[in-house]
Amino acid sequence: MRRARSGLAAILPGLWLAIFFAFPFLLVAKLSASDSALAIPPYTPRIDWSQGLAGVRAFFAALDGETYVRLTRDSLYVDAWLSSLRIAAIAAGLLLLVGYPIAYGVARCPPRLRQALVMAVILPFWTSFLIRIYAWIAILKPAGVLNGLLAAVGLPPVDILNTEAAVLLGLVYAYLPFMVLPLYAVLERQDESLIEAAQDLGCTPLQAFWRVTFPLSLPGAAAGALLCFIPMAGEFVIPDLLGGSETLMLGRVIWTEFFANRDWPAASAVAIVLLATLVIPILLFERQQAKVTR
Amino acid sequence: MKRGPSAFNIASVVLGLAFLYAPIVILVLYSFNASRLVTVWAGFSTRWYAALFRDQQMLDAIWVTLRVGVISATIATVLGVLAAVALTRSRARSRVVLAGGVYATLVIPEVILGLSLLLLFVAAGLPRGFWTVTLSHATLTLAYATVVVQARLQSFDRSLEEAAQDLGCPPWKAFALVTLPGIAPAVAAAWMLAFTLSLDDLVIASFTSGPGATTLPMRLYSQVRLGVNPEINAVSTLLIGLVATGVIAAYLIQQRRRPSA
Repeated sequence: MRRARSGLAAILPGLWLAIFFAFPFLLVAKLSASDSALAIPPYTPRIDWSQGLAGVRAFFAALDGETYVRLTRDSLYVDAWLSSLRIAAIAAGLLLLVGYPIAYGVARCPPRLRQALVMAVILPFWTSFLIRIYAWIAILKPAGVLNGLLAAVGLPPVDILNTEAAVLLGLVYAYLPFMVLPLYAVLERQDESLIEAAQDLGCTPLQAFWRVTFPLSLPGAAAGALLCFIPMAGEFVIPDLLGGSETLMLGRVIWTEFFANRDWPAASAVAIVLLATLVIPILLFERQQAKVTR
Repeated sequence: MKRGPSAFNIASVVLGLAFLYAPIVILVLYSFNASRLVTVWAGFSTRWYAALFRDQQMLDAIWVTLRVGVISATIATVLGVLAAVALTRSRARSRVVLAGGVYATLVIPEVILGLSLLLLFVAAGLPRGFWTVTLSHATLTLAYATVVVQARLQSFDRSLEEAAQDLGCPPWKAFALVTLPGIAPAVAAAWMLAFTLSLDDLVIASFTSGPGATTLPMRLYSQVRLGVNPEINAVSTLLIGLVATGVIAAYLIQQRRRPSA
């Protein structure tokens, strides 16, 4: 009986998510099949309720896949799709390389220090994302802090602001806590005696790491990589502020279509394509989470 | 035999933290720079803070953002506690659906969420403004609040609540009197996280806001696009100070309550 009651708690948040999260996707799908128009709101068709059922039928008859055909014809969209996935994948790889040693280092510290270090890794995440990316502009710009430092030690200046390198740097910087935490969670729980057993059987510490610690930490690596990859593929702020005009990513395309071109159907169609691309990673992530929270 | 961290472990942690904090430190330092130029240090000055407090549009944006943050975080926390209870305790099929929704909100790119919420408000005929941003932020932060509370509920000893029920307490009352005080630090943390996320959001606010409800990130973004400006450093420093103080205070309170942990 108690079980049934705790199920009741799901009603309110469930309804909320149904109204504000699930249902709007139907609207996005509908709009992606509409046409752009000079009107407010800027699309057609709209249901003409005064005509009753005929109005509804006319509305559905006017929906088509024309916007999608337009997307495949224009290389801009295809390029943006490919480079979104490429950049997010490279960034996820870099995050693993950067995040793993940090998570491993924290997990090897004494327990008291560990908590403070985990806190220190999370804290930047609590400070504004926009501000942290903005901070990188001041560092990377041609007359910025980085080049000032390089000049001080007699090195030639680098000009990477408005390039893909700056976008990757920004992504790694902003998403690092999301990579470190899942990795740390697995590494911290690992049984120390396994390593001791491996070493007793003649493994060097490095061999013990590669044969025991690393394979056991793979679920954490997968969780971290998915947790970063999915939002990074649709990232807007970082490519917009740190990337140049040639760094095309789908998040930015949706933004431009919506705000600059006022082409709501195109923005919706790109959003649907992005969502369809991310469905599999999202489902994988959910399976992973379900396993962890069980 | 416990193995301590090796030199490599220490170096990775130190370098990692340096990478995370260096940009923030630089940002804060230059908010006190007398010069407008980022690379030139022209002495200590608080002129950018003075300029900030004369910038009415910025102050308005801060006020809107704080109100949106407080209301949306409160809605998200209430819903998040309910969702967390359902996720940790219910065995019904609905649990899977709810979990799916929560985790999907967590990772879905913000542009998609922003666009879909905007279309919802247009379809519903709601004028865009303060309330549409607030509802949208509650939706965005609900998942984060749920995850934070859920983590605490999972390790919370349920037998106390069951004992209260056995002694005749109605279930909702047992929850409110026994479990809720026990998970209070996590609920507070969930609220804080929801509040900061709302304070921080640019993308969803841009889609769902209307005239008269420009939030601070929207205002900052339009200025950042024009280039680096020490006044932005000053606002950022204030924000960072506010959030860091809150988070560290919350952490210390939790530490004192559980000295063994």
